[in-house]
Amino acid sequence: VSSVNVDLQTDATLQVDISDALSERDKVKFTVHTKSTLPNFKQNEFSVVRQHEEFIWLHDSFVENEEYAGYIIPPAPPRPDFDASREKLQKLGEGEGSMTKEEFTKMKQELEAEYLAIFKKTVAMHEVFLCRVAAHPVLRKDLNFHVFLEYNQDLSVRGKNKREKMEDFFKNVVKSADGVLVAGVKDVDDFFEHEKTFLLEYHNRVKDASAKSDRMIRSHKSAADDINRIASTLYTLGTQDSTDVCKFFLKVSELFEKTRKIEARVAADEDLKLADLLKYYLRESQAAKDLLYRRGRALVDYENANKALDRARAKNKDVLQAETSQQVCCQKFEKISESAKQELIDFKTRRVAAFRKNLVELAELELKHAKGNLQLLQSCLGVLKGDT
Amino acid sequence: MAASSRRNPPPLPGAENQDPLSEMADEDSDEGEDIFVGNSNPVAEAFQPDTANGEEPADLFSEAETSTAANSYITNSKSNGVHSDNENDLFAEVSVELSMENPSTTAKSSGAEFTPSLTLSATQPESMEQLEEEKDEDSFDMEVAVTNPEKIGDGMNAYMAYKVSTRTTLPMFRNRTFSVWRRFSDFLGLYEKLSVKHSLNGCIIPPPPEKSVVGMTKVKVGKDDSSSADFVERRRAALERYLQRVVCHPSLLQDPDVREFLERDELPRAVGTHTLSGAGFLKMINRASDAVSKMTIKISDSDAWFDNKLQEVESEELQLRKLHAVVDSLVNHRKELCGNTAVFAKSMAMLGNSEDNTALSRALSQLAEVEDKMETLHQEQAASDFFILAELLADYIRLLGAVRGCFEQRMKTWQRWQEAQSTLQKKREVEAKLLWANKPDKLQQAKEEITEWEGKVTQYERDFDRISVTVRKEFLRFEKEKSNDFKSQIVKYLESLLQSQQRHVKFWEAFLPEAKAIA
Repeated sequence: VSSVNVDLQTDATLQVDISDALSERDKVKFTVHTKSTLPNFKQNEFSVVRQHEEFIWLHDSFVENEEYAGYIIPPAPPRPDFDASREKLQKLGEGEGSMTKEEFTKMKQELEAEYLAIFKKTVAMHEVFLCRVAAHPVLRKDLNFHVFLEYNQDLSVRGKNKREKMEDFFKNVVKSADGVLVAGVKDVDDFFEHEKTFLLEYHNRVKDASAKSDRMIRSHKSAADDINRIASTLYTLGTQDSTDVCKFFLKVSELFEKTRKIEARVAADEDLKLADLLKYYLRESQAAKDLLYRRGRALVDYENANKALDRARAKNKDVLQAETSQQVCCQKFEKISESAKQELIDFKTRRVAAFRKNLVELAELELKHAKGNLQLLQSCLGVLKGDT
Repeated sequence: MAASSRRNPPPLPGAENQDPLSEMADEDSDEGEDIFVGNSNPVAEAFQPDTANGEEPADLFSEAETSTAANSYITNSKSNGVHSDNENDLFAEVSVELSMENPSTTAKSSGAEFTPSLTLSATQPESMEQLEEEKDEDSFDMEVAVTNPEKIGDGMNAYMAYKVSTRTTLPMFRNRTFSVWRRFSDFLGLYEKLSVKHSLNGCIIPPPPEKSVVGMTKVKVGKDDSSSADFVERRRAALERYLQRVVCHPSLLQDPDVREFLERDELPRAVGTHTLSGAGFLKMINRASDAVSKMTIKISDSDAWFDNKLQEVESEELQLRKLHAVVDSLVNHRKELCGNTAVFAKSMAMLGNSEDNTALSRALSQLAEVEDKMETLHQEQAASDFFILAELLADYIRLLGAVRGCFEQRMKTWQRWQEAQSTLQKKREVEAKLLWANKPDKLQQAKEEITEWEGKVTQYERDFDRISVTVRKEFLRFEKEKSNDFKSQIVKYLESLLQSQQRHVKFWEAFLPEAKAIA
C-alpha cells in the first residue's frame, strides 16, 4: 500500500490497492485490485476497472447512508486534473520552432515527468480512499463497497445530474445544521464542545496552510526552471570557443544542470510530503466537521422530540407517538455520539501519525538534497579554482 | 569661498570631509615635515604651517586644486596669510596649462608640476621619464571604493552623494589614501570627458551605469522602502565597478581627468550629462556603426582577425542578453519564493497553535521556524543572484557595446583614409588635365592641393595603423579582464550558493529530531 498520508493497519482479510492506471484523453481508468479471505466474495483475488465518477458514487452512498451518520466518512479523492499539464505540453508544441532541438527535448522531458507525477498522485489519492474504507471496521462491510470492488461491469453511475442534486441537497442540510450549531446549541458534553471549537479552527488553518504551501512550491519549481535555462545558455556560451573561460562556462553549465535537477526534486518532495499532507487533512477535517454537524442535527432532533413529548403530555394527545419518536431520536443521537467520539479520537491518532511520518520524511529528503547540492558545489568549485 | 562657477558645497559631505581629511592630515604632518623641511621649494615651505594644524587640511587640498578660478585660490591663500605673490603666480601658471584640452601634454605637464610639491613619497620629484616608466608597468597598487551613499537635500532637487576613496602607492597622486564626495552626474561627466578624448584612439572606455528616472525619483521623494535601498545599493556597486575598470586601464589612469575625479575636493558641476548619458553616447556610436556596417568591406588579410573578433563579440552579446534575461527571471522567482515562504511559515505557525497534540504542535512551530530561516536564505540568494550574476552580465553587455564601438571607430578611420586616397586621385586627375590645358596659375594651386592631400593620406594611413594596433591591444586586454572577471564572479556566486546549502543542512538537521519526537 503506497498511501503516504494515512498510517493504516492493513490485515489479510481485506486488502485493496490500485495496481494499474491508464490515462486516456479525458479520463483515467484505475484497476482496482482486491485480495480477501472474506466469504462475501466469490474469489480470493480479483480486479476491476473503475473511473473517478464511480469513486464519487461510492463516497456519496456512504454520506447518504443514515447508518453511517456517526462515522467520519473518508474524504472523496479529488478529480484527476491534467488540464494545466496538458496546456503546457500544447504550448511547448506550439513554441517548438523558437527553440533549439536540445532545449525542446529537455523541456518535453520535463513536462512529461510533471505529467507523470500528477498521474501518480491521483492514483495515490484514489488508492488512499479505498484503503481507508477497507480499514474501517464498519464501512468495509458495506454492500456498495463490495459491489464496487467486485462487479466487473460498468456501474452506470454517471447520472451526474441526479448526483449533483443529491449533493446540493445534502450541502443545504449541512449548512442549515451549521446554522443551528452556530446559533449556540452548546453541547453539554465537554469533549464534543472542545472538538467542535478545535475542528473549526483547525480546518480553517489547514486550508490556509495548504493554499500557501502550494504557492511556495510553485515558486520553487519556477526557480528550478530558470536554473535549467541558465544551464542551457551557459552551455551555448561555452561551446562558442575553446578558450579557458569557455571551458569554465561548460563546467558551470554542467553543475547547474545537476543542481537544478535536485531543486526540482526538492519542490516535488515538498509537494508530496507537505502540500499533499495538508490537502488530505483539509479534506479529512472537513469530513470530521461533517460528522459533528450530523451529530448536532441529531441533537437538535432529539431536543425537539423532547419538547414535542412534553407538549403531547401536557395536552395528553398523541403521547405514545411522541414517546416513540423521542426514543428513536434519543437512540440515534446516542449511537452517533458514541461512535463519533471514537472516530474523533482515531482521527487524532491518524493525524498525528501521518504528520510525524511525513515531516520526518520531509526533513530527511531536504537534508539529502541539500547535502547532494553541497557536494556538487564543493567538487565543482574545487575543479574551477584548481584550474585558474 | 564659493566662486560663481562652482556649485555650493554640500553641507553634509563638507562636514564629513573633515574627519577623513584630518586623519590624512595626521599622516601628512608626519611625512610632510620630513619632505618639506629639507625642500627649498617655496610652495612647500608655505604649506608647512597648514599641515601642522588639524583644521587647515581642507584648505590644503583645495589650494592645490587645478582651479581654473584664480579668485578662489587667492581667497584660500589669504586665509593662510603666509603666501607671497610668487606662489599665486606659480599656481596660476599651472592652472592655465591644465585648462588646455590636449591630453598628451596635460598629462605630462601636470604630472611634472604637481608631484614635486605635494607628493608624500620619499623619492625625489618625478621626472617625465619616470612617469613614462610607470605607465608601462602592468601591476600597480591602486584601489578605489565607492561607499556611504548619502541623500543630500530634499524633494526633487535632492541627490545622492557617494564617497569615493582611493588607496594607492602611485607617486602621481598627492597622498596614499584620500576620499572625495561625488554625485552620479560627476561619474557621467568623467565618462564623457574620457570618451571625447580617447574613443577616437580606439580605446575601450568602460561605460557608466544607466540613468534611471524612476529609481532616482523614488529616492528623492523619500520613499523609504527596500526598493529604494536596493536601487541605491545597486547604483553604488555599479559606480564602484565602473571606477575600478577605469583605474585598471593603464592609459585611462594616466588621464588627468581621472586623477582630478579621484582627488579634487569639488568638481565643477558636469552639465550636459542629461543629454549625454552613457547610454546616450553608446546610442550615438551605434547609429554611426549602423551607417558604417552597411558597407561590407574586407580591408586586408589581417582584417580577418578584426572581422572574426567582431563577430564573436556580437554573438557573445546576444548570448549574454539571453542569459541576463533568464537570471532576471530567476531573481524574480526567488523573491517570489521568499515572500511565499514567509507567508507559509506564518500559516504553519498558526496551524501549530491550533494543533492540540502537544508534540505535533511543537513540531509544527519548529517547522514554521525552519521555513522562516529558509526565507532569509532565499532572500540572500536572490541578492547574490542579482548583485553578483545579473549585474556582471549587465556590465558586460554594456562593455561589449563599447567594444563594438571601438571596432567601428577603426572602420571609420579606414574609410577616412580611403576617401582621402580617392580625393588625392581626383586631384591628380585634375592636375593632369590642367597640364594638358596649360593653365599655369591653376596648375600651381592643383599641385599645392595634391601635396596637401598626399600629406593627409599619409596621416590617415598612420592613424589607421595606429588605431588598429590600439584596438587589437585593447581587445586582448579586455578579453583577459573579462575572462578574469567572469571566473572570479562566478566562483564568488557558487561560493554563496555553497554557503546557502550549508545553512540549509544545518536548519533541517536541527528540525529532524523535533519531527521524530512527535508521539
